[in-house]
Amino acid sequence: MSAREKILNAIAINQPELTALPVMDRNVLIRYEDVYAQFKKVLESIGGKVELIQKITELKNKLIADKASGNFVVNAIAAIGEVDNQVVSFTASELEKVERAYIRGTVGVAENGAVWIYESQMVNRLLPFICQHLIIVIDKPAIVPTMHHAYDSVDVAREGFGAFIAGPSKTADIEQSLVIGAHGARSATIYVIE
Amino acid sequence: MKATHATLAEKFIADEPRTDWHDETLWFVREKRDKAAHGLPEWEQLREWGSQIKNHTLSNLSDYLKEFEEKATANGIKVHWAADGDEHNKIIHEIIRKHNIQKIVKSKSMLTEECHLNEYLQEHGIEVVDTDLGERIVQFRKEPPSHIVLPAIHLKKEDVSATFHEYLHTEKGNNDPQYLTEAARQHLRDKFVQSQLAITGVNFAVAETGGFVVCTNEGNADMGAHTAPVHIACMGFEKIIPKAEHLSVFLRLLARSATGQPITTYSSHFQKPRPNQEMHIVIVDNGRSRQLGREDFRNSLKCIRCAACFNTCPVYRRSGGHSYHTAVAGPIGSILNPNLDMKANADLPFASTLCGSCTNVCPVKINIHEQLWKWRQVIVAEGYVATSKKIGMKGMGFLLSKPKVYRFAGKMGRWMMRIVPFVANNKLNVWYKQREMPEPPKESFRDWYLKNGKTNKK
Repeated sequence: MSAREKILNAIAINQPELTALPVMDRNVLIRYEDVYAQFKKVLESIGGKVELIQKITELKNKLIADKASGNFVVNAIAAIGEVDNQVVSFTASELEKVERAYIRGTVGVAENGAVWIYESQMVNRLLPFICQHLIIVIDKPAIVPTMHHAYDSVDVAREGFGAFIAGPSKTADIEQSLVIGAHGARSATIYVIE
Repeated sequence: MKATHATLAEKFIADEPRTDWHDETLWFVREKRDKAAHGLPEWEQLREWGSQIKNHTLSNLSDYLKEFEEKATANGIKVHWAADGDEHNKIIHEIIRKHNIQKIVKSKSMLTEECHLNEYLQEHGIEVVDTDLGERIVQFRKEPPSHIVLPAIHLKKEDVSATFHEYLHTEKGNNDPQYLTEAARQHLRDKFVQSQLAITGVNFAVAETGGFVVCTNEGNADMGAHTAPVHIACMGFEKIIPKAEHLSVFLRLLARSATGQPITTYSSHFQKPRPNQEMHIVIVDNGRSRQLGREDFRNSLKCIRCAACFNTCPVYRRSGGHSYHTAVAGPIGSILNPNLDMKANADLPFASTLCGSCTNVCPVKINIHEQLWKWRQVIVAEGYVATSKKIGMKGMGFLLSKPKVYRFAGKMGRWMMRIVPFVANNKLNVWYKQREMPEPPKESFRDWYLKNGKTNKK
């Protein structure tokens, strides 16, 4: 008998009688008067930065200036400039030099400051993790109160990969002292379009 | 004789200021958990949902695992099954051999600790680099993690500084956590970029989609998994949940319970390998199906490894993770490990005050303290307790079931503690260790009540 059959048979014999899944009543969930204000408050408390802008095109000049600085800057947002599609096939040692990445997010979550990003929005799966500084752009109406609402708005099986990212990379593994910039981005700025 | 929790704890508490510091540090984490939990009015409801989803999953586990396997396979992920730790290690070794892999990075996975994967591979001449900062620190020091979420919580920054000075050539005596973390970042980025294989754990595997979720704050799981041409994710079979929408409940509970954060920085949803990448999942039993069959203990399999029970436990906080001599320490470890090896871990269910705090903070409502108590009964029935404890308990049983004998013994005890206190206050009496014996009362409550109880009644 294979390990698979052995395990599945043992489970089938030992598992208890079927119980029901809970019916989750959304009425009990926390409500925020202003989901944007909550999103900003939480994200800033976990080391992120949040800026409200009127139009996405406001970021065009910022991207141009960033690229002119000589740093390796990668843009993954068509609305603010040419998308650097070549990074799709970049190796980790090439991406390791990325100073700043501009990435579009799908949904923001007010209760925890997380933003959902699909693989297609990252261009390369590694980009939002390996870049030194991460810039994410989301629409204000795309901010939802809780994770329950967030999973309503995203389809986790749509693409090969996706992630909720909440602020910059961090660790407290040395004596519980919070240090921002463990292995991933040293900073995370989220631009929210009004 | 094998070292037990009591003997190992004795070594840990020999350094009193350090014990106090350890205790306070973990209590601070517990307080952060409370603050996060109290921030959500629906917290108790969330725990109830989490518990019910896990109960339901366990009750339909074989079908969910088959569904997961089918979907994951359709997504291009290769699914493996391992009946025990040895099979798990062999599967991974075989993949390494097939690709002639030399450079391996691993993010945190308690399962691989449970299976002793690193040691196994080392015996075959293969080195694994642990990439979680805390795990890297203890790996340098050749120690196991002392906590499942905070692996180096038993160390002070001076210890880390000395270790990094030795292995990463950081400045001697520079204890700044920022500086030390930066040194680890540079060192590990090098390892990520060169990695040929990334091993990760799994926080949740979704039956409905065939995908899985890995949570980290540092980003180390992603740095490895999106770089290496081969990714192996290892999971105990109880990591399965039915639907993607259930992730909302568990991601809301997990980080708040663990560290008081609203969510981990990265909650990565792996669905398919990247083009030209190989993605494997190893589903491990290693005693879990046996635990599923133990009615009193099966719901320990609901655990999501948040470690809230560690941080709140008065015994864990004052004895340290290494005293538990197992991969998963703390209260949850003490109810999981007797299933893995009852004889070797017979001491663990006794390393508790049964205060119930673990049960109160558990995000999926595992009745941990009740299971500790039940394991004690099983272990005694199986004959795995020390003879001294057995005789002591029998003596107590005799004494407490005979009121006259009990009263006489009480009187004798009070008399002795007054007249010849050294009979109780000596090294042979284990209750005297680290304790002052109390002043003996002049009379027992019963004597007092017989005198005053009736007259005082109104």
